[in-house]
Amino acid sequence: MALATLNGREVHVDEEGFLTEYDEWDQELAKVLAANIGVELTDAHWKVLEFVREDFKANGATPTLRRVTNVGGIPTKELFELFPKKPAKKMSYVAGVPKPAGCV
Amino acid sequence: MTTTEAAPAVVPDFGDDEAEARKIVFICSKGNLDMAYPALIMANGALTEGVEVDIFFTFWGLDMINKETVDELQFTMLGNTAMHMPGAAWHIPQGLGGLPGMTSFATRMLKKQIAALDVPDVREFITLLHDMGARLWACKMSYDMAGLTDDDLLDEVEAVINVNEFIDLSDGAQVIFI
Repeated sequence: MALATLNGREVHVDEEGFLTEYDEWDQELAKVLAANIGVELTDAHWKVLEFVREDFKANGATPTLRRVTNVGGIPTKELFELFPKKPAKKMSYVAGVPKPAGCV
Repeated sequence: MTTTEAAPAVVPDFGDDEAEARKIVFICSKGNLDMAYPALIMANGALTEGVEVDIFFTFWGLDMINKETVDELQFTMLGNTAMHMPGAAWHIPQGLGGLPGMTSFATRMLKKQIAALDVPDVREFITLLHDMGARLWACKMSYDMAGLTDDDLLDEVEAVINVNEFIDLSDGAQVIFI
């Protein structure tokens, strides 16, 4: 774990750049993280991020795409549109949580 | 190890700059329940990693995309010398697998274990992969042998193609035969 400067303040990140402290995340930081990977956040993105964060808080694990679809009610196709190519990793990065650990 | 100095933020490499997209082709040749899942799970993983995926269903694998059989795939203990109960190391005698009702018992158990992990059944999995952008192909020879029509196949199937077309579409791909 290391410290990195993001949006003018210091946060804890892992070697890949994912935030490691749930509470260091805020919406302003999410905008910076999204911009880092070329994503501009819309209402649809926020809906995903809110679900991912709430679900992580409730269960202690990042939801898989299937869970975001089945429980969060966001179609899989839409997830691929919002976070192109690697939606599971990208949504986790922007939401400030670890990559999903599940296989499906 | 903990560092106290704040470093410039590292941005994860999501491979967006890679010029050539990676491509994987799965060949599903088995119609057993336990042999249906490896390709489905790996294809799902590949798609979430931004990898282009094609799945070719041939021989018994065609049962995975046949409306009549997709929900009826079975798991048998016969011929599976690794068969043991979850959490127990002792192997189940092969002869037991041949008793009436054992295959449906084993099938029910496997389905239950898969569902417990919140992994979808085969039909739902096929829809999921299709929604994620996988292209599904049926093998022409197997299709003809089984006397099928297009109405027999799940709607997610792109087309029935012959081996030449398959060889063509797998050009440059990593191929996984199951």
